[in-house]
Amino acid sequence: MIEVQNIYKSFGDNEVLKGIDAIFEPGKVNLIIGGSGSGKSTLLKCIVGLHDPDQGEVFFDQQEFTGMDFEERIPIRRNLGMLFQNSALFDSMTVEQNIIFALSMFTDMSQAEKIERANFCLDRVNLKNVNKLYPSELSGGMKKRVGIARAISMSPKYLFCDEPNSGLDPATSILIDELIQELTEEYQCTTLVVTHDMNSVMGIGDYILFLYNGQKFWEGSNEEMLRSDVQELNDFVFASPLMKAARDSIK
Amino acid sequence: MIFHHFGSYILLLKKVFKKPEKWKIYLKEIFHEMNEIGIGSLSLILIISTFIGAVMTLQIAFQLVSDLIPTAVIGQINRDSNILELGPTISGLVLMGKVGSAISSQIGSMRVTEQIDALEIMGINAPGFLILPKIIAGVIMVPVLVIIAIFCAITGGLIGGSLSGAVAPSDYIQGIQEGFNGFTVTVAIVKAIIYGFIITSVPAYKGFYVRGGALEVGQAGTQAVVIGCISILACDYIITALML
Repeated sequence: MIEVQNIYKSFGDNEVLKGIDAIFEPGKVNLIIGGSGSGKSTLLKCIVGLHDPDQGEVFFDQQEFTGMDFEERIPIRRNLGMLFQNSALFDSMTVEQNIIFALSMFTDMSQAEKIERANFCLDRVNLKNVNKLYPSELSGGMKKRVGIARAISMSPKYLFCDEPNSGLDPATSILIDELIQELTEEYQCTTLVVTHDMNSVMGIGDYILFLYNGQKFWEGSNEEMLRSDVQELNDFVFASPLMKAARDSIK
Repeated sequence: MIFHHFGSYILLLKKVFKKPEKWKIYLKEIFHEMNEIGIGSLSLILIISTFIGAVMTLQIAFQLVSDLIPTAVIGQINRDSNILELGPTISGLVLMGKVGSAISSQIGSMRVTEQIDALEIMGINAPGFLILPKIIAGVIMVPVLVIIAIFCAITGGLIGGSLSGAVAPSDYIQGIQEGFNGFTVTVAIVKAIIYGFIITSVPAYKGFYVRGGALEVGQAGTQAVVIGCISILACDYIITALML
């Protein structure tokens, strides 16, 4: 479980996060949604420790993460996998080397065992015969899947995805969403996804945190969201005529 | 502003010299960087230093036209100026341009594409993993390149002097053997070690803290080369003043 308490973060005079509280439970796909500039990526980066919040705490299974130094954070970070918006694969390494990198750094597994693990992870994300390819030789969807394979290589307890569907076609987006949901159930990990893809919200959102102007504006499940009367949430989620029609037909 | 950057540079170096997570992986990276810095720059150093040595011989011969001065002095001056100044400093400036800009772009690109964030998320000390192997490789390979540069410059002087008729090969060889002080080589190696550190650490700092996109990565590379060259020249003066 991940708990954030009263998180504030500013960049100069720009106050991006204003006192965010939330609890993200294991075995669920937790979504952070909001418009551009609402602070969702900043919140994710504060949670994983890429940004230090100005105020507030982040707890990973009751351990306070924000007060720890780099060395103290290492045991938690070894249980953490992250898929970046642009995949952030190491471009000087092959797909296989990307996946076994953390295993080489932190385990005493033999080369054969690491390759076996890499093949398992690639198989898990439905990729075959890409071990020796470099990231520049992969399509956007394949990069995302390799990013997921790298994130699960250490069997994470916490999985973070920063806009996993950006730049992907709708069919590939659905595949990535399904994969995230399956992995969350399989590993019973606490999954946090930052997205503004409404298909993801409706499809896999067990818990949704809606940020508006740096504040927590609404939280609940995707079913509750359909019945919500919060104007700002409805304006954001059902902005397109298609989504409005879908909601009306369900109602 | 200067003090802010110097402070950040020192704090980055503190992170760089933390105990590596796994020496085996760092060693592999060190050998890779030694190949990149050393073998990758060898041909450039060979060409530049050979021509510098040849040109130096011609210019010394041009300035020392006197029956009172033996031509063997040309070899002596060429040897000492190459060992003490031209070998280390010209090589240092050339390597700053070639190796320094490559390091800054590489680390800067990793920063803007979130690859450094990915390392940190994994619990890896990113400054250590990315910068320490480069600094160790630079401190080892730059002195090797400088020694090769000095040898090529002295040989270039022999070839240039012989081809132009400015000095007879026997006189030149006699000159480079006369009054040799081994301490000058020590000074050259000390300079090279410090240049190796600057050539790798300054661009790594500029690349590591770059913010923005491709434009900023390019600007960081330019700034790294400018700051690095000035640092090399300042250190050149300090080392010379302290050691000679």
